Amino acid sequence: MPKATNADDGDGPESPDGVQIDLISGERMEGMASMEKIRMILDGVHDGNIVILEEGLSPDEESRLIEVTMAEISPDEFNGIEIETYPKSSTGNSSILGRIMGNNESTKKLTVIGPANQIETLHKDETLISALVSRN
Amino acid sequence: MGLLKGLKDSISRATDRLFSEQEPKRIGIYGPPNAGKTTLANRIARDWTGDAIGTESHIPHETRRARRKEGVEIERNGKSVTIDIVDTPGVTTKVDYEEFTGEMEEDDAIRRSREATEGVAEAMHWLREDVDGVIYVLDSAEDPITQVNTMLIGIIESRDLPVLIFANKIDLDDASVKRIEDAFPQHKTVPLSAKEGDNMDEVYENIAEYFG
Repeated sequence: MPKATNADDGDGPESPDGVQIDLISGERMEGMASMEKIRMILDGVHDGNIVILEEGLSPDEESRLIEVTMAEISPDEFNGIEIETYPKSSTGNSSILGRIMGNNESTKKLTVIGPANQIETLHKDETLISALVSRN
Repeated sequence: MGLLKGLKDSISRATDRLFSEQEPKRIGIYGPPNAGKTTLANRIARDWTGDAIGTESHIPHETRRARRKEGVEIERNGKSVTIDIVDTPGVTTKVDYEEFTGEMEEDDAIRRSREATEGVAEAMHWLREDVDGVIYVLDSAEDPITQVNTMLIGIIESRDLPVLIFANKIDLDDASVKRIEDAFPQHKTVPLSAKEGDNMDEVYENIAEYFG
């Protein structure tokens, strides 16, 4: 008989004393389909993890993430997600240059996603995201 | 004679279609919960058709289904546009039924939160598939740099949809239109109070000019 993992014996990876943070590289996301990315993010968030994406999602993927999140919200179980990325620079210079050069706005922006009841944004501006993460 | 008249009518209808105004444009009214989207939609609909679209409330997520008012013709300064107004539920990434339990029974709060989540998903679907332009409504008394606003403006821009930002609730003491202009300098911002009817002339000028 395998020994049952006990939260107090501290010998397994399932210890609840902490918050798991998954830092996911742009390289890992590169070959994934949009729904695979969304499923990976939401599976992590359902497990209470904080998911940090090195390169974020495209606007279309963000739209679908909101849609799928809404479908999975359930009273007393899952309230949705908190998601944070840096806002677009208000100077607009890079954007104009990008458009002149025929480039679309880059979607590569660090993105933090977590369960809505565990992560709270304290401050956010164009260069800083400050968040409070609780164990629930 | 009948055949000739039928042919003439048919040609006339085709010519009318060719030279008439374009099809009504579907303009989605988007924004976070409680920005005053339905109040604005009702104001526009009442001013130009005499009818309202939906129920207004201070409780978030009063609008839980996208609602459309068809064929609203807006004219200003010689320009006119015919639009279908699509009033959408406020977009969010989270819904907690306990937010509503102070205002209603728990069962009603749970039902409201379920309907709200369906409404948000529906609003996102309309944005991806079914609108030709967007009026993005913000509460001028609130910080505009939120994740929902940043994401939604990004989604709208990625789809190359024309967008006007309406800085609503300028009648409130702590309203700041400049804060919204600074947050989204790439888009035209129009100040207004949909509730009080302030600055609606400029609102209609911009709708006719921008979406016409």
